[in-house]
Amino acid sequence: MSVIVLVEHTEGNIKKKSFEAVQYAAHIAQQTGTTATAVVLGSIADAEMEALGNYGAKKVVHIADDRFNELHARAYTSALIKVAQAGESKIIVTLYDINGRAVAPRVAVQLKAGIVAGALSYPDIDNGFVIKKAVFSGKAFAFVNVVSDKKVIMLMPNTFPLVKTDGKASIEKLDISFTEKDFGIKVTAVNKVVGEIPLSDATLVVSGGRGMKGPENWGLIENLAKELGAATACSRPVADAHWRPHHEHVGQTGGTVRPDLYIAVGISGAIQHLAGVNGSKTIVVINTDPEAPFFKAANYGVVGDAMTVLPRLTEAVKKFKQHK
Amino acid sequence: MKILVCISQVPDTTTKIILNPNATAINKEGTTYVINPYDEWYALIRAIELKESGIATEIHLITVGKAEVEPIIRKALSLGGDEAIRIDAESIDPYQTAAYIADYAKSVGYDLVLCGKESIDYNNGTTGVILAEMLDLDYIGFATSIKIEGNSAIVNREIEGGEETDSCKLPVVIACQKGVAEARIPNMRGIMAARTRPLKVVTPSAVSPLTEILSYELPLAKSGVKMVSPDNMDELVELLHSEAKVI
Ligand SMILES: Cc1cc2nc3c(=O)[nH]c(=O)nc-3n(C[C@H](O)[C@H](O)[C@H](O)COP(=O)(O)OP(=O)(O)OC[C@H]3O[C@@H](n4cnc5c(N)ncnc54)[C@H](O)[C@@H]3O)c2cc1C
Ligand SMILES: Nc1ncnc2c1ncn2[C@@H]1O[C@H](COP(=O)(O)O)[C@@H](O)[C@H]1O
Repeated sequence: MSVIVLVEHTEGNIKKKSFEAVQYAAHIAQQTGTTATAVVLGSIADAEMEALGNYGAKKVVHIADDRFNELHARAYTSALIKVAQAGESKIIVTLYDINGRAVAPRVAVQLKAGIVAGALSYPDIDNGFVIKKAVFSGKAFAFVNVVSDKKVIMLMPNTFPLVKTDGKASIEKLDISFTEKDFGIKVTAVNKVVGEIPLSDATLVVSGGRGMKGPENWGLIENLAKELGAATACSRPVADAHWRPHHEHVGQTGGTVRPDLYIAVGISGAIQHLAGVNGSKTIVVINTDPEAPFFKAANYGVVGDAMTVLPRLTEAVKKFKQHK
Repeated sequence: MKILVCISQVPDTTTKIILNPNATAINKEGTTYVINPYDEWYALIRAIELKESGIATEIHLITVGKAEVEPIIRKALSLGGDEAIRIDAESIDPYQTAAYIADYAKSVGYDLVLCGKESIDYNNGTTGVILAEMLDLDYIGFATSIKIEGNSAIVNREIEGGEETDSCKLPVVIACQKGVAEARIPNMRGIMAARTRPLKVVTPSAVSPLTEILSYELPLAKSGVKMVSPDNMDELVELLHSEAKVI
């Protein structure tokens, strides 16, 4: 009956958001009178998996097949289904991210489970199985009741802060057989931006718009991002003009980010841009125009020229870090 | 090669969301509806390009919705496509919606099914994957380019922190986003031609939904922006540290 949670790792390092998913699953397990079992796929050391106990997993099931180092959604699904069936599990948790979104709906079909995409709350089990999620690109929230006996939940990353405990998890190795279909998609090339923080994982983001005037000024954005340990993003016209790579574009037609801090520099705050960033916990807007619409969505605002404000802010962050 | 494009109707992004008095539904009055941008700009346009280049022979558009969605599927047809199918049912639960589409797709048999990355109303991004599972097909999400070579699809897709190239045998379900195609505007000729293209209405066999939306809530308005002088960035850093607690 345990709650099953899929854990993601990059080259053997468990992602922070996967600890969030484990903690979330452990909480639901407690609500429903059971325990959480984490499923880890691919090459990873036992010592790394032990940390999952600190966030509430009682058991870790590890399938070491190295083909899992790439996303093979159907094989991931087979693995999760296998573990779920062995434990007669009714609740499966993944993240609402690129990998989770390829796997969880398949699991849901096989279990005939209703699915919540992008959970922002724990289930309210006194009134059914009701979970809050964002709809209309963050302009509203919906309370979704999962009416099926089995449930699949994709948790929105960066929703619940992590609390480390001294809990321990046992590790169990599992071998399962796959069909050819499970690995039907062949990955022929991978092009990762190395050394940068992936935007989707970032808790701090510095983003630039057309007010930055041109790609030659992006050093100012990068310096601040580096000082903060933040990822960089941009508005759509900036990506369209090839000032910045397309994967940095956020908004309705680009990526969605929900960092703790989003610093928007020289971005007007059009509704299509806000759709991708309005889940950010704190928003800082730097703009020369005091009437820029973005200020309405901001927590902190600075009216000023990015070219002078950015170096000052970078300097202030540097100073703050030295005195901390 | 036959392509099926999944088209969903959504409120325009600029629409203000207003709830009904007991917050159990969205007030539809005064809402402008559009084709879900990912479906229109990327999935449909790429399908049209594949037909123009002689790779695809037929494009079908499918939507699950009541009669009120017809203007949207007509608009999609005016961009291109040989035939449209409307499955006459409310689209609420992604499992149910996908099951309806899967039933129809099985009866025809498509080589390629294109859908959008997600619909901008419920932001699920699950319909296409559920559909793929029901059709026992591979699925590639977050596609940024699609090429067809022989009986394979060569797809670039977003991964965390980059991109990868996948190769996969047809038939396959692919969810499209930016990069897959360049947006087009319907022209008068397309609009006229669309009028004569068939729009089939199909009554689905019953599938029970697995989820329901009980109520909605609007986000709390920001409590007002705190302005900081551009000459005092130390203060901003201090606020971010001790008040917002984000650094
Ligand atoms: C269907 C549709 C989908 C779209 N999807 C997206 C999307 O996904 N993402 C997106 O971002 N946009 C999207 N857009 C475009 C969006 O509507 C805006 O046009 C866009 O966000 C504007 O980008 P910007 O703020 O960088 O540029 P602008 O609107 O030109 O704003 C530049 C800002 O910089 C300020 N500025 C100028 N000089 C300085 C300076 N020296 N220092 C500081 N500030 C300065 C100006 O006051 C202004 O506010 C979409 C539009 C449509 C119609
Ligand atoms: N009612 C619908 N009719 C046809 N296709 C749909 C419908 N709803 C969603 N889709 C397709 O599935 C994709 C993902 O939608 P969603 O799972 O709702 O986020 C959309 O971009 C459409 O291509």
